[in-house]
Amino acid sequence: MEHQRDQPVTLLDVRDLQVEFHTRDGVAKAVNGVNYCVDPGETLAVLGESGSGKSVTAQAIMGILDSPPGRITGGEVLFRGEDLLTMGAETRRRIRGAKMSMVFQDALSALNPVMSVGAQLAEMFEVHEGMTRKDSRAKAVQLMDRVRIPAAKDRVGDYPHQFSGGMRQRIMIAMALALEPDLVIADEPTTALDVTVQAQVMDLLAELQREYNMGLILITHDLGVVADVADKIAVMYAGRIVETAPVHDLYAAPAHPYTRGLLDSIPRLDQKGRQLYAIKGLPPDLTAIPPGCPFSPRCPRAQDICRTDRPPLFAVSHGRASACHFWKETLDER
Amino acid sequence: MAETAENHEVSDVVPSTAETTAEVEAVLDAPVDRGEPILQVRNLVKHFPLTQGILFKKQIGAVKAVDGISFDLYKGETLGIVGESGCGKSTVAKLLMTLETATSGEVFYKGQDITRLSGRALKAVRRNIQMVFQDPYTSLNPRMTVGDIIGEPFDIHPEVAPKGDRRKRVQELLDVVGLNPEYINRYPHQFSGGQRQRIGIARGLALNPEVIICDEPVSALDVSVQAQVINLMGKLQDEFELSYVFIAHDLSIVRHISDRVGVMYLGKMAEIGTDSEIYDHPTHPYTQALLSAVPVPDPAAREGRDRIILTGDVPSPANPPSGCRFRTRCWKAQDKCAEEVPLLAVPEVFAGKKTLAAHESACHFAEERDVVHAA
Repeated sequence: MEHQRDQPVTLLDVRDLQVEFHTRDGVAKAVNGVNYCVDPGETLAVLGESGSGKSVTAQAIMGILDSPPGRITGGEVLFRGEDLLTMGAETRRRIRGAKMSMVFQDALSALNPVMSVGAQLAEMFEVHEGMTRKDSRAKAVQLMDRVRIPAAKDRVGDYPHQFSGGMRQRIMIAMALALEPDLVIADEPTTALDVTVQAQVMDLLAELQREYNMGLILITHDLGVVADVADKIAVMYAGRIVETAPVHDLYAAPAHPYTRGLLDSIPRLDQKGRQLYAIKGLPPDLTAIPPGCPFSPRCPRAQDICRTDRPPLFAVSHGRASACHFWKETLDER
Repeated sequence: MAETAENHEVSDVVPSTAETTAEVEAVLDAPVDRGEPILQVRNLVKHFPLTQGILFKKQIGAVKAVDGISFDLYKGETLGIVGESGCGKSTVAKLLMTLETATSGEVFYKGQDITRLSGRALKAVRRNIQMVFQDPYTSLNPRMTVGDIIGEPFDIHPEVAPKGDRRKRVQELLDVVGLNPEYINRYPHQFSGGQRQRIGIARGLALNPEVIICDEPVSALDVSVQAQVINLMGKLQDEFELSYVFIAHDLSIVRHISDRVGVMYLGKMAEIGTDSEIYDHPTHPYTQALLSAVPVPDPAAREGRDRIILTGDVPSPANPPSGCRFRTRCWKAQDKCAEEVPLLAVPEVFAGKKTLAAHESACHFAEERDVVHAA
């Protein structure tokens, strides 16, 4: 610990990331200063509704943002202390895939339909590790076995459409984990799947994460999935993080009215509920985010200060922060 | 553009989780009076033929999408139908709407078999059974104004609203679903997903139907908007005495909105009962697996829950397993399950007993297992 370089560096440290999209209707500010970090073996869940900027943040981290129209206008993405955003394209390409990889929501469109899954898996070993064709094929079969594709040896030559949704998603996971990356970003990995298959896939992902001690960023809108697997949560709204907390604390007592509204608006499985709480209104238009707190037009707690002063992330307790002027009152409500 | 919040008064629903035996008995002793069923479905079957050859088509098999389903729907109640993709729940919706022709079986609407109706008689029945679709982005014609979309049913059934009255009637409907009546001349793309689903609901309500079939009405919406639409549907049900068939894969939402729930697997009904019977006292292994797989938004329940992780995928409905269709993924399966198709009935072990487990379940080895409430 005496030497600077021996100090453990956070695996991924996103600092004040900003992303804009230039559209016909004006500049849409999709990500407005996002900060989060992930350690090895840790699962961070990024929770948000559509348009909250959760996927765009992930794309910016991975360097797969469509640009144009997207543009990173500020911030840093430190991967083991090195800024990915200022890195040369070639260095970055070598990190992507080998050191950090991504699992997408829709496996059918993320996989190449005219290439057998075996060839797609093998390709990675050929490109990143310079293996021969034969060796890489053998590795592909091994991987498919590892993610429990039945009769992997016979199916290595099959095409994506010949697999079921759950198997395709497992192949996506195999692909993301093939080179044993340090960080995996899973963007709604189970949204398109049925609950029984979702449980299989999440179990597999958690098991592999433990095995390789990877950092995992799980992007989702499903509060149930988050509660099942995450260590900590970042809740996003209109391109900002409005609350971060360890998973138990957040569900026990949210410190932001938006989080609270989300938790109250989901029906329960274990008892017949009453009227669901509905957050009134709609998320803001990203080309015209209201001044002050972006959630203020929908917030039951909003005061004048919320409409004029943008709340910074206030430290609530260790590892907890909330971007609400009235976080104390919100916290005490429960 | 703010969608109105649903602030209407709601009588607090009595929690149906009966805790003590006395409570259970009270629930069971209460006379169940649901009145006359409005829809009676009997042995409904839909097979889609699989053909081979281009010029001379030869049938080589059939996708057994719905394979003998029976249930009743009563006035003013919501029947939830849950199941994984491919279990035939959407085909059931289409059959009830007579958008598909049943291979065999009957659907009685007020005593009349609608699967055999045609022409004028069918048109009259269809007025009373309407549908709300899943995807509010594709179920509204982008080139029609909202007024035209909601008013179109009146072109087909002019007796409901005379020509001069229509605009006013459409504006009333917009108001009922919580949209600004002035938006009548706007196009679908000018609305958000939640607002579009309200337009779809307004169209479903236009003809004052008695039954509305909802096929995954909120699964395309964000959580906060989903709650708005669910509350709206509850409010409309009370206001217009509607009966809903609510088809969804989200088990929490189905419990929230349904009075009774049917669980489908591969074209068959596995288990059916009141919401408490299914969620708190499930007896079919498939229902138990399905319920245990639902992620619960409570990290404290992570360890305490009874998780059943099924292996494998749903078999193809073109070639379903013999006997019980769930047996290939069931941990209880024995020889009997492969030979004998279990009937949907109150299992013998529970017959005549005063317990909420005594409801219809199609399993040879039905037993109660509470997988929802953490230990």
